[in-house]
Amino acid sequence: MSTGTLFDKVWDLHTVGTLSSGQTQLFIGLHLIHEVTSPQAFAMLRERQLQVMFPERTLATVDHIVPTDSQARPFVDRLAEEMIEALETNCREHNITFYNIGSGSQGIVHVIAPEQGLTQPGMTIACGDSHTSTHGAFGAIAFGIGTSQVRDVLASQTLALAKLKVRRIEINGSLPPGVYAKDVTLHVIRQLGVKGGVGYAYEYAGTTIEAMSMEERMTVCNMSIEGGARCGYVNPDAVTYDYLRGREFAPGETQWDAAVAWWENLRSDADADYDDVVVFEAADIPPTVTWGITPGQGIGVNEQIPTLESLPAGDRAIAEEAYRYMELQPGTPIQGTKIDVCFIGSCTNGRLSDLREAAKVVQGQKVAADVTAFVVPGSEQVKVAAESEGLDTIFEAAGFEWREAGCSMCLAMNPDKLQGNQISASSSNRNFKGRQGSSSGRTLLMSPAMVATAAIAGRVEDVRHHLPG
Amino acid sequence: MTSVTTVSGRGLPLPGNDIDTDRIIPARFLRCVTFDGLGEQVFADDRTQLKGEHAFDQPPYQDAELLVVNRNFGCGSSREHAPQAITRWGIKALIGESFAEIFFGNCVAMGVPCVTVSADVAATLQAQIAAQPQQPLTLDLNNLTVTMGELSAPVAIDNGPRQMFVGGTWDACGQLVSQATAIQATAANLPYVNWQRRSA
Repeated sequence: MSTGTLFDKVWDLHTVGTLSSGQTQLFIGLHLIHEVTSPQAFAMLRERQLQVMFPERTLATVDHIVPTDSQARPFVDRLAEEMIEALETNCREHNITFYNIGSGSQGIVHVIAPEQGLTQPGMTIACGDSHTSTHGAFGAIAFGIGTSQVRDVLASQTLALAKLKVRRIEINGSLPPGVYAKDVTLHVIRQLGVKGGVGYAYEYAGTTIEAMSMEERMTVCNMSIEGGARCGYVNPDAVTYDYLRGREFAPGETQWDAAVAWWENLRSDADADYDDVVVFEAADIPPTVTWGITPGQGIGVNEQIPTLESLPAGDRAIAEEAYRYMELQPGTPIQGTKIDVCFIGSCTNGRLSDLREAAKVVQGQKVAADVTAFVVPGSEQVKVAAESEGLDTIFEAAGFEWREAGCSMCLAMNPDKLQGNQISASSSNRNFKGRQGSSSGRTLLMSPAMVATAAIAGRVEDVRHHLPG
Repeated sequence: MTSVTTVSGRGLPLPGNDIDTDRIIPARFLRCVTFDGLGEQVFADDRTQLKGEHAFDQPPYQDAELLVVNRNFGCGSSREHAPQAITRWGIKALIGESFAEIFFGNCVAMGVPCVTVSADVAATLQAQIAAQPQQPLTLDLNNLTVTMGELSAPVAIDNGPRQMFVGGTWDACGQLVSQATAIQATAANLPYVNWQRRSA
């Protein structure tokens, strides 16, 4: 059992007690809710005549279902309209702050909480969304939950949980040009597998992680769940504090020093014990692309799609399923694969720095003739900031569509969908069968700069050949 | 509350590793404000593609109550719509090599046990159910066994969730809410709960 890690310290501080089952009752410092996984939870509260115990520690936004072209109400999709109306009503009735469309603060829940300064080191955070692991970038313990657990947090601000083990994932060295945080996380998942993290919290450490911006750390922590780990985190440091200072919900100046002192104390001790330690070298990480139907089926952009014989026995059945579904041949290069749609956005890679990196590749270029390419900023604030730098102009001049904020084609609950067996280059997080809205649609996951490269080339190419000198 | 100690019924074999929750219930079916009707949509796209050959469409399995799966079942999205769809179709317990963590937690909160078995046992059960779909299985959480005809094999589940099923406390909500005083005390000891925000 781990001791002395940030995970252990935060867990202990938030422990309310031990339940009859032996599980821990854990206090949740911040509860984020959205339109998809909360309506049934509010219905359960009503059935049981329960109230929201800490409405001031709950924040709502709408992200999964929002259209990214016209956002006029009522939405054309009657079901989507019903969902946003349910959230509006539930937030009003329970005194929960709701960042609605047009508020200036709406966006993907995992983008807006950090940008508002709501996400802070040492917190426990829960949300009915598996990518809640994102918030671990700040040294928070953050995990995704289902709707019955959303009910539990609304009613009690606590969860019944068993403690996780802690695996330290150390990555050292400088990332080569053209290799981004997305490649780091795809590489980790490729190496440790999509179920390697089950039962673990991942602590990301090492000089590569220390050198990353908060937005890069969020990308890495975001995809912890794709490696099976319910949460991932980075110990807070000066980068974290610089990001937070002055944000809307961050501690004010009179309490700032006390806050930093508290956060510093929560960092994993130098002599902390871990349940497992894994070490990677940044220099070994290539621009990475997925070829299959799980995020673990990734390869370097210059590699070939693995043959069946090269894979461990347990991975072969899913590989065969992937060859069939993706219509890709084992032993052939992934580079050169023709692309129909390019999507830049999502809670993984829809932040300002992601758009900047993609824009560097796009500047002065044109989207290939038969490619549909679009950019969906992660939040209203990201959109405004990008526009103030002229990024929208760069994308539009190249032939990209510039959209409103939301989850969009990461999971295609809104009108943005692949058609038929179209193949997308996507900066999102999941390449599952049917994920992007068509039951035969195909997804290649990669960094935003690699998506931009694919948009210009019309096929998968190595971003390193497209970076401005 | 209802304790869950044994689940008996016919089995449904669903071979395959890494079956994610997008496959269990595609995102377009999440456009809803209740879980009603999800049972009909379970594995919608997989079933359409297999044109009646999918296990959930096979006549011998229509009354099945125990789903037998393989590795990392329920990975991906946290959507409780996935186990809701499976249970509303008629499943009452799952047996598999391993389960994704959020899926497992959702099932606990719904009173649906997910127990693990070795790869060999999973394969044997799947084959035996396919050969004799009418023969019932019994999952016993007291003795941690699954039996089917002559076959009896050990199953595993962490002791916490097992206690919640056997003791009837799998719906933790009431127990959690009853600790209001302790919850307030824990909150009061967290510095960040009392910090003034910058803009206040």
